[in-house]
Amino acid sequence: MTTDLRIAFLPLTDAAVLAVAREKGFAEEEGLHLDLVRTTSWATLRDRLVFGQVQAAHMLAPLAVAVTLGLSQQAAPLSAPYKLNVNGNMLVMASAFAQALDPDVAARLDDPLGTAHDFAAAIGLWKRKPVIGVVHRFSSHSVMLRYWLASAGVDPDRDVVLRVLPPSLTTEAMRAGEIDGFIAGEPWGSAAVDAGLAEAVAIGERIWRRGVEKILAFRTPWLEENPEVVDGLLRALVRAAAWCDEPANHETLAHLLSQPHYVDQPSELILRALSGGIAPRIDMAPLSMPDFLLFSREATPFPWRSQALWIYSQLVRWKMVEHSADNAAKAAAVFRPDIFRRALADSDVPLPGASMKLEGAVASPLAVGSKRGELTLGPDRFFDGRVFDPERIEDFLASF
Amino acid sequence: MRIVIIDDSGLRATVLEEGLREAGYDDIHIVPPRGGFVARLERMAPDVVLMDLGSPSRDTLEEMLTVSRALARPIAMFVDQSDDSMIGAAIDAGVSAYVVDGLRKERVKPVLELAVRRFNAFAKLQSELDEARTALSDRKIIDRAKSILMSQRGLSEPDAYALLRSSAMNQGKKIVDVAQALITASDLLGGM
Repeated sequence: MTTDLRIAFLPLTDAAVLAVAREKGFAEEEGLHLDLVRTTSWATLRDRLVFGQVQAAHMLAPLAVAVTLGLSQQAAPLSAPYKLNVNGNMLVMASAFAQALDPDVAARLDDPLGTAHDFAAAIGLWKRKPVIGVVHRFSSHSVMLRYWLASAGVDPDRDVVLRVLPPSLTTEAMRAGEIDGFIAGEPWGSAAVDAGLAEAVAIGERIWRRGVEKILAFRTPWLEENPEVVDGLLRALVRAAAWCDEPANHETLAHLLSQPHYVDQPSELILRALSGGIAPRIDMAPLSMPDFLLFSREATPFPWRSQALWIYSQLVRWKMVEHSADNAAKAAAVFRPDIFRRALADSDVPLPGASMKLEGAVASPLAVGSKRGELTLGPDRFFDGRVFDPERIEDFLASF
Repeated sequence: MRIVIIDDSGLRATVLEEGLREAGYDDIHIVPPRGGFVARLERMAPDVVLMDLGSPSRDTLEEMLTVSRALARPIAMFVDQSDDSMIGAAIDAGVSAYVVDGLRKERVKPVLELAVRRFNAFAKLQSELDEARTALSDRKIIDRAKSILMSQRGLSEPDAYALLRSSAMNQGKKIVDVAQALITASDLLGGM
């Protein structure tokens, strides 16, 4: 018997695991038929999930935390038992603005701290506040951009204008001069670079080496009531993710995602994020960034509670929510490592022994305790060298 | 009561506007969701905003409703959030509604209900249009296949059509698919 499951997504490269689970038969093998509902705004994706028009959604991790905390329209408890990817974002700016930064683009991308300071100086030279597009108030993009700007003393609420616009409209807005740059998931940064409208200023992966990006979100009551469906879906996704990380499959995957009902952009653009060959400027050869976008390796799908708390700490920092023990507990509970472990108990996927870790403490690949098999965590440093201890949120907040 | 419809489809906005006017609302404005639409909306100070759920600019609008000083008033989405069936109907119809001041829900509910009916009517109109367009192009394909058969096999028009129909029946396909295959083959062979 086949169970139908409706899942909403946005046209982005990091929806790959869902597309592959459906198209390559991984979901079918678990008795699931996935109906993937293409959506063009996060608000609509959120409403479809919260009001039960879909059972799950490809969601911005901070949005899932915000909905659970009641910060975004109708409050609803959401649960994320699976991370669809880490990394994958790029900040691009109009060439006229980027001229004030290090002209060596590769050096600029390698040194986010130096570039942040150059950026801060460039704001003073600019005739008005730069307008930077972000995809949502509660997005990892917005959180990461704010973190990066603030490292150079730029107040993101005072010194620049952050404008919310959907990824699919970024190129058009750049062309019309409505924004000076934007941070978004691929392939939208590459699309603006290719159109000759912008060049890369920062790469998400260089700001936080293993930055949380999209999660798979469910309404918590539905998740609790349908354990078998959820477990089957997670098993299918883990296998799809391994398929997505395999370099031999990247061209096929780029072609698959390029179709109108998925991302609807040229497969050549989509391939860049998948293969880690990022062209930072229209006249430049691609730079190799093997960690640009991760789906599977290093237990990428595992939803560390400490990562939900890091997101929470940033929402508190930017005064989007009051800090309280109750709010922190609610935010941490959005990520569900317990469900991940239950679903994959009988598989050969390595399962971390802990549910929390210090974020930003791993400088080079590190073997860690795992229930089974070998698990190596990749470097997860923040560019400013800070370490987030989820047991000491107040100290972390006081350090800014 | 001032109602703003944010929509870039002229037809849908007109269908909705007409319905609202018939129901006795007369302060209605249509704003396309492009460029500086947010600033325009702020100046208009609407009581209710209706928007297509499929519009990619919904996130931009919500951000404005969150941060705008001019519109920093209680926000309700779908009017009454406890009314699940109404919300479901609105989402299915593809309409989202925002109340941008403290209007009583009894006053807004009929507006939303009417918008849902009109959005559904528009969707039906749209699918009928699409069907008519497909039927038209199907007819063209079949006509072209018939003329290929007529010139290459020396058939009369009714015989050419009969041949297409019997091939389609034998192969268990639609006539238009058989006709398309014939045109493709003929193009490949440099026939026509």
